[in-house]
Amino acid sequence: MLQLDAEALYADLRQGVRALLPPDAALVGIWSGGAWLAERLQRDLGLPGEPGVISSTLHRDDFASRGLAGSDPTLLPFAIDDRHIVLIDDVIYTGRTIRAVVNELFDFGRPASVTLAVLVDRGGRQLPVAAAYAAARISLPASQKLSLARADDGRFSFAVKEAG
Amino acid sequence: MLSRRNPQLNSHGELIHLLSIEGLPRAVLTQILDTAGTFLSVNDRDVKKVPLLRGKSVFNLFFENSTRTRTTFEIAAKRLSADVINLDINKSSTAKGESLLDTIANLSAMHADMFVVRHSESGAPYLIAQHCAPHVHVVNAGDGRHAHPTQGLLDMYTIRHYKRDFTGLTVAIVGDIVHSRVARSDIHALTTLGVPEIRAVGPKTLVPGDLGAMGVRVCHDMAEGIRGADVIIMLRLQNERMSGAMLPSAGEFYKSYGLTPEKLALAKPDAIVMHPGPINRGVEIASSVADGTHSVILPQVTFGIAVRMAVMSTIAGNQA
Repeated sequence: MLQLDAEALYADLRQGVRALLPPDAALVGIWSGGAWLAERLQRDLGLPGEPGVISSTLHRDDFASRGLAGSDPTLLPFAIDDRHIVLIDDVIYTGRTIRAVVNELFDFGRPASVTLAVLVDRGGRQLPVAAAYAAARISLPASQKLSLARADDGRFSFAVKEAG
Repeated sequence: MLSRRNPQLNSHGELIHLLSIEGLPRAVLTQILDTAGTFLSVNDRDVKKVPLLRGKSVFNLFFENSTRTRTTFEIAAKRLSADVINLDINKSSTAKGESLLDTIANLSAMHADMFVVRHSESGAPYLIAQHCAPHVHVVNAGDGRHAHPTQGLLDMYTIRHYKRDFTGLTVAIVGDIVHSRVARSDIHALTTLGVPEIRAVGPKTLVPGDLGAMGVRVCHDMAEGIRGADVIIMLRLQNERMSGAMLPSAGEFYKSYGLTPEKLALAKPDAIVMHPGPINRGVEIASSVADGTHSVILPQVTFGIAVRMAVMSTIAGNQA
């Protein structure tokens, strides 16, 4: 069984994001795991204000077959026009969520640039999308679902489940 | 099993048509209200449009006149990127003698994906939902005296927006309740969402006698009806639905049941005043109340668009 130490990967992600963060960049976490990560990165990297939270719900390409996904709404507490945006997510897989949130982002304005940093890249891409930083690159069978959990004390852990 | 009991739900208990609030579980109502919150924030974006219904055709079938409801459905569908076709049926096919189901069959042949239906006959949207293709969704935009579920839901959204929680509220619905599909939808929604005290206030001729069975307290005295209320929902006096002399006069009604600042003072100090519109100033509500600080009548209209977006996107995403 695959073991991933989410806390250790988080420490690597923090270093990776610090290295690629342009001056005056804004963090935007993808709901829900990415939003937790962005919240902690904002604090640990000493960035002012709150990070943005972005939802893929309104731009998902599986709406017709799966319906509306439950999610917190997108909340960007800053103007994104001409801003360098660093998207944060827990896992990148097919790339479809990233396609959806990039469309969502552009409904709010025209950022100067958009980059992506993730804890885990599990391969399996179906779109030409790549993370500028991934703390781990692994390979998982399509039958398995990898998701981040956050404990009451804020510590992260990974759970691997057989997809239902 | 659910689908056999309630034609609005599929076998997973998901909403595929919105025909009536009656019989819908609390979780379905709450999910629509939560989703509406997301859509309300779409108004704050540079691009006030999302692509959920891109490539879908929504047919507004209004067999009965309406400006506000039809317009807000049209805006909602357009914000979801649907193509919207408005049909004023009064003036076309029906006048030529075509039956309702023939009209629907023809519009289905034009590849409709959703029908938004207003009809003077109670149950017309049910009939359409039973006879349309499985991929087609139906929204009831008001049928006879029966139901107006999107108005009921937008009223619930408004109440939750201002009062946060339903479980401690006293809600008074005032006026022409007997003719009101809004009142019926509101009562079902309020009951499902756990409002402990619902009052129906009006003269004996305009308040149905069987409301007690729905858990509603009937008050023929206005002061008793609105005393201590958190929410007052005023209804329009529906002159066009009145047959016979149910009222001495509009002036007499205003004297007894019109919402004036003096009567409003009996409600809680932070009470909100709602009205589904169009309002008749000086008939059921004083101008100073309609325009006053307690009034949330215009926010209701804004919320109505977000609620209709939530309803249309929810049913469009669920399979029969």
